[in-house]
Amino acid sequence: MKVLMVIINWINAAVLSGTPLLLATSGEILTEKSGNLNLGVEGQMYMGAIAGLAGAWFTEQWFGVGGIIPLIAAVIFAFLMGCISGLIYAVLTVSLRANQNVTGLTLAIFGTGFARFFGEVLSNKAGGFVAVGRETKGVFSNIDFGKLAEIPVIGTLFFRYNWLVYFALIIAIILGWFLNRTRKGLSLRAVGENPGTADSAGINVTRYKYAATTIGGGLCGLGGLCMSMVSQKGVWQPNCVSGYGWLAIALVIFATWSPLRAIYSSIIFGGLSVMYMRIPIPGLPREIYMMFPYMATIIVLILTSIRQSKEHAQPASTGYNYYREER
Amino acid sequence: MTDQKINKVNAKDQPDIPCPPAQDMRPVMKEPLVRMKKRGVVTTRHKAIVYILGFILALLVGALMLLAVGKNPIIAYRDMAVGSFGTKIASAETVRIAIPLLITSVAVGFAFKMKFWNIGAEGQILAGAVACSYIVIHSINNGNYIPRLPLHLIMVICALIGGALFGFLPAFFKTKWGTNETLFTLMLNYIAIQYVVYLQSLRTWQHPDSSYPKIIDFSTFTDGKVELPRLFGVHIGWIFALIIAVIAYFYLTRTKHGFEISVVGDSMNTARYAGMNTTWIQIRTLLVSGALAGFVGYLQVAGANHTLTETSAGGVGFTAITVAWLAKLNPFVMVPISIFIAMLQKGSLFIQSTMRIPASVADLLTGLILFFMLGCEFFIEYKLVFRGKRNVSHLEQKEVAE
Repeated sequence: MKVLMVIINWINAAVLSGTPLLLATSGEILTEKSGNLNLGVEGQMYMGAIAGLAGAWFTEQWFGVGGIIPLIAAVIFAFLMGCISGLIYAVLTVSLRANQNVTGLTLAIFGTGFARFFGEVLSNKAGGFVAVGRETKGVFSNIDFGKLAEIPVIGTLFFRYNWLVYFALIIAIILGWFLNRTRKGLSLRAVGENPGTADSAGINVTRYKYAATTIGGGLCGLGGLCMSMVSQKGVWQPNCVSGYGWLAIALVIFATWSPLRAIYSSIIFGGLSVMYMRIPIPGLPREIYMMFPYMATIIVLILTSIRQSKEHAQPASTGYNYYREER
Repeated sequence: MTDQKINKVNAKDQPDIPCPPAQDMRPVMKEPLVRMKKRGVVTTRHKAIVYILGFILALLVGALMLLAVGKNPIIAYRDMAVGSFGTKIASAETVRIAIPLLITSVAVGFAFKMKFWNIGAEGQILAGAVACSYIVIHSINNGNYIPRLPLHLIMVICALIGGALFGFLPAFFKTKWGTNETLFTLMLNYIAIQYVVYLQSLRTWQHPDSSYPKIIDFSTFTDGKVELPRLFGVHIGWIFALIIAVIAYFYLTRTKHGFEISVVGDSMNTARYAGMNTTWIQIRTLLVSGALAGFVGYLQVAGANHTLTETSAGGVGFTAITVAWLAKLNPFVMVPISIFIAMLQKGSLFIQSTMRIPASVADLLTGLILFFMLGCEFFIEYKLVFRGKRNVSHLEQKEVAE
């Protein structure tokens, strides 16, 4: 029974720590489906994290209210900041034809610097460190389901989460439906697979690439919001994203470009990254244990590359810019 | 019969029917507001102008961000210059930051030239640093028995092997199964960092009188044997760095290996068709790339820090990517660029203390500059033609025809 409780609590923690991963992975899947391999997710999450926190904090300061209004401001700010970062990437790679890999890496460096810079400025302004009020923190903590949460096992597994967990799930499901069941989704996939053909069929390649990269960036920004408002409880930490953006890119490969598979993949990876706190392995130093998610990523990368299947492959044009005149 | 006749008549008549001009047949389409056109010849002067404009724009955007947080950008930029090269000590510190940057950008430059996205220089540096720290710790724990010169030789060899191993792993899997090297090298970074954290927790690596998770200062425990000598106020790593840049330039442009690297980078199929062993070329280059980064690890341990921490690499692996790309992978150009980026970093530390501007402004500016330089490439290769200038483009077409 005790073992069961440990495992159930572990799954609960896995879902919580997998949520930012799921949001960022969904965003990156959307981006890559348009043929843009954006390696800047880490930076985008950082930008979303600081924008969300700053949005909530400033709303609290200016209007003197806590709770739902700062929450809305935080979501809007994080999403918009993510969109801006995606837009920067799109302008550079789609319109100005810059190398996708280098642009993405630069975005990662820039985003991290951007967030730390404004995070520290904000901390100085707030006198030491930024922290949102108790009421705002409250709306980012677990939703009160009342009696439902007290059902043994099921309560812990399904009803002890903050709203972002359910939001991320809904986003992933909507994205899966959009990509596979709608005409626009089909067009987007066509753009990612073969932009030349899509262009001939009358699809506006540039518009699709811009839209997917921008909204995908917005989702990554929300993933960052999750890191700063939920994982760090609304306190600014200069290292708050700590590699989750890179894990998200790896997760896209693990989930084979499917938002629905991203749901359980992100829970597995979330579980791996909190495993050292939940399930101690005797004799294994904690510091070595903390390497697990990264080692698992490498193993996953190797395994997926060994059993490459046509069906579950990266969109064919990912990583390459589309030059209309060279069609 | 009649049908045929009609056909014939029609066929015969056709040339006589006055054809409407081809333009009118097409649906009416507005000329786009802006369209782009490839430039034929690009002059050096044009290139220089575009780059300088891009650089100024990047600084302007940076200035806007500084203004947004209520700081005077002009004073900030001036202080950054003063703080990085104003005094002799400051200059020495700037050069000290530039050393690992330069060597690491040469290292990643090798891989990038092959379109092998090695972003694991951070991990490779740490792997080298860990490997040579093992030697130091071994010597210390056995009565400090290795003399100075052999100690350094063994350290260098171990660092090279350590870095090369971390370069080899992703290259092996990439060539064997096409495993994504970007994420592989990146994950190795985190593993290396975590491993250093683990070493810090070991009793045998800590100070005997302290339980704080920190690795001992190698210099005091080896009577300074581990320290590299200094020249002009900086450890002699800068000489190595310059030598490496020169050798790398000739390696890339004047040797068979360098030629193979650029062919593999331009087109893998061409390389295969020409009978090159692409697997070996990639693995070999990554061994070199990793070993160079490992050497940086040695320099950080023996020259800069005299100890090992999880920040021994300190983001150099990432910053080196921007340096390499800004220099267009040319090792000679990497020298001034790495000094410039080092200047940003040193200068940002200075304005952090004088103006309370966070030091992360260096990363912000580095990112901005690279963004604008990436954008510049487009304006070098293409020109924009606006809608109104129809006549001009006609004239140009005439020129081309002539």
